[in-house]
Amino acid sequence: MRNGAQFIRREVMIRLVRAFDEGNLVSEIDKIPILLRPKHGETSRCCLYHDRAVLKYRLMALLGFACEDETDETRTLASYVEEALKTEPTDGAIPLTVCSAGCSSCPDSSFKVTDTCRGCFARPCVYNCPKKAISVVNQQSQIDYSKCIKCGKCMAVCPFNAIVKTTVPCEEVCPVGAIRKDEHGTAQINFDRCIACGKCFNACPFGAIMERSQLLKVLQAIQDPETEVVAMIAPSAYAQFPGSVEQLFSAVSKLGFNDVMEVALGAEMTTAHEAQEFIEKMEEGQPIMTTSCCPAYTGLVHKHLPAFEDKVSSTPSPMVYAARLVREKHPNAKTVFVGPCIAKRFEASHIPEVDYVLTFEEIGVMMAARRIDIISQEPWALTHPANEHARNFAKSCGVTQAVLAELAPEHPNIQVNGKFIDGIDKKTLAMLRAYASGKLPANFLEVMACPGGCVSGPCSLTK
Amino acid sequence: MKKITIEICCGTTCYMLGASHFLNIEEELPEEWRERVEVRAIPCMDMCTSENICAAPFVKLNDKMISHVTKEILWEEIERALREGDSI
Repeated sequence: MRNGAQFIRREVMIRLVRAFDEGNLVSEIDKIPILLRPKHGETSRCCLYHDRAVLKYRLMALLGFACEDETDETRTLASYVEEALKTEPTDGAIPLTVCSAGCSSCPDSSFKVTDTCRGCFARPCVYNCPKKAISVVNQQSQIDYSKCIKCGKCMAVCPFNAIVKTTVPCEEVCPVGAIRKDEHGTAQINFDRCIACGKCFNACPFGAIMERSQLLKVLQAIQDPETEVVAMIAPSAYAQFPGSVEQLFSAVSKLGFNDVMEVALGAEMTTAHEAQEFIEKMEEGQPIMTTSCCPAYTGLVHKHLPAFEDKVSSTPSPMVYAARLVREKHPNAKTVFVGPCIAKRFEASHIPEVDYVLTFEEIGVMMAARRIDIISQEPWALTHPANEHARNFAKSCGVTQAVLAELAPEHPNIQVNGKFIDGIDKKTLAMLRAYASGKLPANFLEVMACPGGCVSGPCSLTK
Repeated sequence: MKKITIEICCGTTCYMLGASHFLNIEEELPEEWRERVEVRAIPCMDMCTSENICAAPFVKLNDKMISHVTKEILWEEIERALREGDSI
């Protein structure tokens, strides 16, 4: 789906990369909000001054800072650039931030009777309301909110679709109830509950939830001739960009990376290890083992289902194996994972193997800003292309299929009752609890936070 | 009848700024239009210079260059070109 928030986000990033490349980021960055929203130009909010204010925070998040941490409102973006260039992102925090200036403080979700109500004779809303909260006044249904329990029955039964549900999009999609409003009505993420799945980031129609980027740090590392930097491309990239995989790799290397490698090679190792672990766990009599490659899922278990944590495979994710492979070849390299995922940046900030994480959007805008055209590239010579199963890791069921294929030749008698959870939301969370308690039978459970798998991750381009 | 050629710029800038949303537009066009248009994805047309980068994505319809293209705009342009083609 095309949306305005996405367009402006990419435009801002392109300007940032260009200013960095021209060597004048410090002097130019405070001008970017004004250049993007000049006098008498188009505005997306109430006025261009509001637009500019939000753009300032967007740039702050792009530089890696959390809007919540702002203590001095008068501080310039230039000083944030200087700080970002001097420091490493070491706080290990969840890389999401809410820009309070952008948050529209959406009214609490409720059911509303619109003027399409015809005050009909049958009045199914009145008769189906379990709390007798609806009456008809002046030929229009009216909800008594002191009685309403937001069950939605009135909306479901209205023959004219006259009753609508208003929602707070970020709160609505958060599977773990991590978003609440503060005393000003602004959305606030409770980071003790947040699993970094990124659903709120995609859902906010005001673009007020932003990721804390590492784009600048990657640009800086690439620019430094002393530093070797290697890009590791997640398998979900292959259907994201125009051109072939090999052309994509060439384009990425043109950005200045010293080497480019497939994360799917790490997925091959994850598969082998996970299959072995499954055999062991079944022999030990463990009832169920779940996958471990989705960091939003492992975060979910850690924070919300701790009793299930020992059932999560201890096999490292493909990203970790891929980074180890990189370090074998380039021991001092900075490793940059490129994927569609916000939770991966969180995972990476807690392990030594991976230095930075870029999204497809960020690598895409780097190419756009530098006018590197993927479909005009010569194909990159992939010396050892990953196998098909490993490349399919990014699709729902892909991990299960890879593990099954690995098990089949050597363990023909093993009974695999594989199930999968395709996307974490409030409903599938209940299913997950049922698998955890053994109410639903399975001995191998694949869980992906995004429906469809990583290919539809929060930062995928086709989103 | 001469076909309408639609060249969708697939350079990284145009792709990132929206071309990915209408790259396969021919699949969505009405049956009777489809045989009268030819859709091609082409490499960067060098339109996205620093000054007008935000005018991307670009599409060339016959000889006409269109900027700020969205799926809706492209649809309208195709419709207009087909109509004008009919009247000739």
